[in-house]
Amino acid sequence: MQAFRFDAIDLPQEAIAARARVRAFLAEEQTRRDFVAYRNSWNSFDPDFSRRAGAAGLIGVTWPGEYGGGAQSSLVRFVITAEMLAAGAPCGAHWIADRQSGPQILRHGSARARREILPRIVAGECYFAIGMSEPNSGSDLAAVRTSAKRDGDEWVINGQKIWTSNAHRAHYLIALTRTGEAGPDRHGGLTQFIVDLARPGVTVRPIRNLAGGHEFNEVFFDDYRVPDDRRVGGVGEGWRMVTSELAFERSGPDRFLSDYRLLVELIERLRENPDPRPDSRPDSRQEIIIGRLVSHLAALLRMSTAVAGLLDRGENPALEAALVKDVGTAFEREIPELARLLVASQPSFDAEDPFSQALAQVMLHAPSFTLRGGTREILRGMIARGLGLR
Amino acid sequence: MASNEISAILREQTDRLLAEHATREALAAADGGAWPAALWEVVSKAGLPLAMVAEEKGGAGLAPAAALALLRRAGYHALPLPLGETMLANALWVAAGGEPIAGPATLAPTMPGAAIEMTGTGGKTALHGRLAGIPWGERATLIALVRDADGGQHLALLPPPATAPSPLRNLAGEPRPTLILDGAVADIRPAPPLAKSGMCALGAALRAQQMVGAMEHALDHALAYANERQQFGRPIGKFQAVQHMLAEAAGHFAAATAAADGVLAAFGEDDMLLAVAMAKARIGEAAGKVAEITHQVHGAMGFTQEHTLHFLTRRLWSWRDEFGNEAEWQRLIGRHVLDAGGAALWPMLAGA
Repeated sequence: MQAFRFDAIDLPQEAIAARARVRAFLAEEQTRRDFVAYRNSWNSFDPDFSRRAGAAGLIGVTWPGEYGGGAQSSLVRFVITAEMLAAGAPCGAHWIADRQSGPQILRHGSARARREILPRIVAGECYFAIGMSEPNSGSDLAAVRTSAKRDGDEWVINGQKIWTSNAHRAHYLIALTRTGEAGPDRHGGLTQFIVDLARPGVTVRPIRNLAGGHEFNEVFFDDYRVPDDRRVGGVGEGWRMVTSELAFERSGPDRFLSDYRLLVELIERLRENPDPRPDSRPDSRQEIIIGRLVSHLAALLRMSTAVAGLLDRGENPALEAALVKDVGTAFEREIPELARLLVASQPSFDAEDPFSQALAQVMLHAPSFTLRGGTREILRGMIARGLGLR
Repeated sequence: MASNEISAILREQTDRLLAEHATREALAAADGGAWPAALWEVVSKAGLPLAMVAEEKGGAGLAPAAALALLRRAGYHALPLPLGETMLANALWVAAGGEPIAGPATLAPTMPGAAIEMTGTGGKTALHGRLAGIPWGERATLIALVRDADGGQHLALLPPPATAPSPLRNLAGEPRPTLILDGAVADIRPAPPLAKSGMCALGAALRAQQMVGAMEHALDHALAYANERQQFGRPIGKFQAVQHMLAEAAGHFAAATAAADGVLAAFGEDDMLLAVAMAKARIGEAAGKVAEITHQVHGAMGFTQEHTLHFLTRRLWSWRDEFGNEAEWQRLIGRHVLDAGGAALWPMLAGA
């Protein structure tokens, strides 16, 4: 089997130093009253937290110094994001900008866009949404229909995006639009633009999720005018750019740590109150299930670290990244299912104990884990192709 | 040349050697219980049994990680020999100050805390106890971890038994007899640091590598078959249901590989026991899934003796239970994690 590899790496010294730095920052944050660790970490939108993270030098750490970045290895970013998630930090506001929008602008944006936007992302005060999905373009991204037509030095965008997380509170989104014919491989004619969500021609309408939360939205474009220097990448290069970023998007710790805090709360709950039974030690079934979950988590952390190492060397490990996301999100889905059987407790947002609250939170968000960022089925098709099937 | 380049060359050479000699016929003959003497000759000549022994002691002086990586190739080829057992037994005995062992050697799979009773002192000591599931125990020199009355740990070396124990084989036909020690006289040496995690951890480290190799080969078979077997006018690998099964198996294999790499990094270190526990637990689970899925893909053909898939899957089903099954190792991890508490878990995984 030569299809993929997960070469073990040793973290560089700068990443180990960053770990100590982010842990110190998070320890300080945890003393704040509004820091509730068990909440959905990278979906918790907290601009104050993001500004403090920016001030602490924890955003845009790989970007060049001229934009305020730290010019450090992407393994430093890997360590910072993993620590944030493990601590349950509310890092959702800057997450997308730091993970994918900023890097896209850095690599493919105009000089002006880089200068105007990147330093604000680094400062933790500028947030992005993803403008890819449309009502008839979900898994089939090549079916995008939102159009951009050239008009002098500007482009005019018309159409609709959907499932746009944080569009109601982010400053920008990067819209994938159709500027030409798709061509025989269906991947042509797509171009990306930075859309300023505060300008006229954009309407954002909320979509509530099943947990009652307002995270995602519909976004409508009516003759939205965008200057050519807000184009990201060449005309017609949208597909290549979107797919080249997927390895970053899919291999990170956000694909197996979404409900890590529930695992921590479960461990604490089992220690405090193992079972309504005479002996107060965790029973062997509890030990076995915790041991199993931890063995999965340890392997995932190694896999994800290995992909971070490949990315740091400039490779594009798309197959490895898909494997991390498929295995990682399956692990995330399993945690609540096992936790609920180990502790006789009703999940509820109104409960007093953090375990029941965390369980409620995760139970109602778990369906999204294996949908967002590429469904399990799309990933498995990609993995199969990578293995040489088809 | 960098040491990882040397390792890669060695791995390739071993692979070629085993592909040439661990043939279908050799595997089938060993399956019937015959000792594969010719095959043992081949691997001995290549110096593999003494891979982990220092060069001045007549070994190849490989770093443990490089030697263990060779055992993945042994697993890939379903090598029906106690090669890993002999490597580890030699590493232990030489580390304890003994001379390299001639011929096959093996390990007594005792879990941490389990003890074999010893009487007498000095170089020659009598051992008492019942040891179940000794790999190739009827013809291999046995290295066991024993404890004296004061709790001191020692290594014991016992020559192969004079009278054959009653035959007991695992699902792959590999000998796993029970040895009754009733005052058997052993050479005794103080246990080296490598024995600190217990014999089961060493054996589990070995089986972990072998299982990763065997899974890789089973998957190679299944992928080739899915591309070649036609039904409804196209290769079955074109059907989404088959693709998704194989993608799932690949995910288990990838996680297993990562877990096995964790053992290479921790071998002989302080955190070895936990790394081995996590690997044997994760890989054992993966082995079951990969065996299930690769059989499903092969259909009835893979269920025949004629096909070679069973040489791999019967080993996977055996090896996941040897030197501690998933539940035993999961429990060890779980107890450790529950004792340490939720806040200690992340530093344990990601580094303090």
